[in-house]
Amino acid sequence: MTMIFGIPIQALLGQLLVGLINGSFYAMLSLGLAVIFGLLRIINFAHGALYMLGAFVGYLLLTHLGIGYWPALIVVPLAVGLFGVAVERVALSRLYRIDPLYGLLFTFGLALVIEGVFRFYYGVSGNPYAVPALLAGSTNLGFMFLPNYRGWVVVASLIVCIGTWLLIEKTRLGSYLRAATENPELVQAFGVNVPLLLTLTYGLGAALAGLAGILAAPVYQVSPLMGSDLIIVVFAVVVVGGMGSILGAIVTGYMLGLAEGLTKVFYPEASNLVVFVIMAIVLLLRPAGLFGRDA
Amino acid sequence: MSEATFHEERAAASIRLERGLVALGILALVAAPFLIYPIFVMKMLCFALFACAFNLLLGYTGLLSFGHAAFFGGAAYFCAYAVKAWGWPPEAGILLGTAGAALMGLVMGFLAIRRQGIYFAMITLAMAQMFYFFCVQAPFTEGEDGIQGVARGHLFGIVDLNVPMNMYFFVLAIFLLGVFAIWRIVNSPFGMILRSIRENENRAISLGYSVGRYKLAAFVMSAALAGLAGAVKAIVFQFATLTDVTWQMSGEVILMTLLGGIGTMVGPVVGAGLVVGLENTLATSGFPVTIATGLIFMVCVLIFRRGIVGEIYVRWLVRASGQGGNKH
Repeated sequence: MTMIFGIPIQALLGQLLVGLINGSFYAMLSLGLAVIFGLLRIINFAHGALYMLGAFVGYLLLTHLGIGYWPALIVVPLAVGLFGVAVERVALSRLYRIDPLYGLLFTFGLALVIEGVFRFYYGVSGNPYAVPALLAGSTNLGFMFLPNYRGWVVVASLIVCIGTWLLIEKTRLGSYLRAATENPELVQAFGVNVPLLLTLTYGLGAALAGLAGILAAPVYQVSPLMGSDLIIVVFAVVVVGGMGSILGAIVTGYMLGLAEGLTKVFYPEASNLVVFVIMAIVLLLRPAGLFGRDA
Repeated sequence: MSEATFHEERAAASIRLERGLVALGILALVAAPFLIYPIFVMKMLCFALFACAFNLLLGYTGLLSFGHAAFFGGAAYFCAYAVKAWGWPPEAGILLGTAGAALMGLVMGFLAIRRQGIYFAMITLAMAQMFYFFCVQAPFTEGEDGIQGVARGHLFGIVDLNVPMNMYFFVLAIFLLGVFAIWRIVNSPFGMILRSIRENENRAISLGYSVGRYKLAAFVMSAALAGLAGAVKAIVFQFATLTDVTWQMSGEVILMTLLGGIGTMVGPVVGAGLVVGLENTLATSGFPVTIATGLIFMVCVLIFRRGIVGEIYVRWLVRASGQGGNKH
C-alpha cells in the first residue's frame, strides 16, 4: 500500500474528499453571507437556518408530495429565496438606518425561531434523504472509489460559486449591485431602484443557502440542528477570508475545508478546532483577513 | 445653554429614579427567599450578574461579544473541578473560576479587539465555539455528563452553605458586590473613556487614548465578572455542564440585556429576571423555549430597542424635565 508520511494514501485521499465536500458548503454559505453583507451591511445569522430550511423543504417535498431531488433543486431555492424576500420586506428593511449589530441580533432571533419550529415538530434526530438514482453508486478512479453523489456536490458547488461570481462581476445587474455597495444614494439618484435591489440581494443570498441545503441533504442527514452547527464555522471562514471579495470567500471556504480534512488524518482530536485556530493565527498576522481590505 | 441645564435635570432625575429602584430592588431581594423558592431566586441572581457583566461591555463600551458563555460556563467548570477533585473550599473555587475566566478574557479579547463591530461579534462567537469543542473533548469536564455532585461545603470553614438561607445570602452578597463593582467602573474616569470609545472610537484615538488597551481592560473585567457569576452558579446547583458554554447561552445573555435595556444599570437585572422566569414557566407548558426567545429577540430589535428599563427612563425623564414631545 502506498504511504505518505506514514498514512495510507487511501485514507489521506478519503479525508481530503470529505474536506473538499465540507469546503464546498463552507464556500457556498460564506459566498451568500458575503453577497448579503456587501450590500445590506447585515451579517445574516439566519444563514444556517435557511440552509437547514432548504434541506427540510426538500425532504418534505419528497415525503409529502413525492417531488424528487431534481425538481427540488429548482423549487427549494425558489421557496427559500421567497421566504428571504418576505423577511427582508417585513423586517430587515426597517433596520438599515441603525447600527448593523441589530441586523445580526434580529437574524439571530429569526434563526432561533426557524430552528425551534423544526425541532418542535421533527425532534433533533436526523432524517435520511436518499441519493437520487442517477447518482447512486461510485466510480473507481484507480487510486480510490469516489461516491458519485459526492463528486456531483463538488462540481455543483463550483458551478454555483463561479456562476454567482460571474453574475456579480460580469453582468449589468451585478454592476448595479457593486455600485450600490459603494454608494447607494448616488445609484438611487441615477434611477436604479435600490430598495428593490436590496430585497433581491437578500432573496438571492437566501436562495443560495437553500440550494446548499438541498445539495447537503443526501450527504448529511436532514436535521433541525444541521444549520447552527455549520454557521459558526462559516463565520470563522468569513473572518479568515475577509468579506471584501466574493472570490476570497469562495477560495477560503474550500481551503479551510481541506485543512479540516487534513487535520482529521494527522490529528483527529483537533479537527473541530482547526478552523478556529487558523482564524486566530490570521487575526494575529493579518487582522483584515486574507483577502480583506482594511475597513 | 438651556440644552446643558436640560441634560443636568435629566441626569439628576435619572439618579433619583435609579436610587429609588435600587433601594426597592434590594429590599425585594432580601425578602424574596421567604416568599419564593430560594434556588430559583439564586438562579436569577447568577444570570443577573452575568447580564450586568455583559452589559459593561455592550452597554458602556459598545462591544457586542457573542462569546460570553465561554467565561460563564468556563468558570463554572474550573470552580466545580477545583472543589470536587482537589477538595478546595467554595470561596477558593469561586476565586479560581473568576481568575480563569479573566485569563480566557485576556486571550480572547486580545484577538477580538483587532477587528471592530460585526467582526468582533463573529470572532468572539468563533472563539467561544472553539472553547465549547475543547470542553466536549477535554477529560476534566466529564463530557456530556458534566461535573456533578459538587459539594457546597463551608464558606471560610464556618458558614454551612448546605443551609438554603446561608447559600442565598452568600449569593446575594456576591451579586450586590459584583453590581457595585460594575457601577463603580462605569462611573469612574476609566468608565468615561469607555463611553467615549462607544460614542466615537476615532475621536477617542485622536484624543490620545490607546483605545485597544481600554477595550481589552473592559473585556477582561467583563469576562471576570461573568466568570464570577458562572462559578457561583456551579456552587449553587452543585454541577457544571456543557449547557453553560454553548452559543445559545451567549445569545441568552444578549437577550436579557436587550430586553432589560442596553446601557442601563438596572436593565440587565430586570431582563435576566424575566428571561429566567419565562423559561421556568415555559419548561412545564410544552411550548419550546427557543421559539419564545427568538420571537422576543425579533420584537425587541424591531420595535423595542431601548428595552424595558430604557423605555421607563425615557418616559420618566421626559416627565421630570417638563419637556413633552419625545420625538421618535
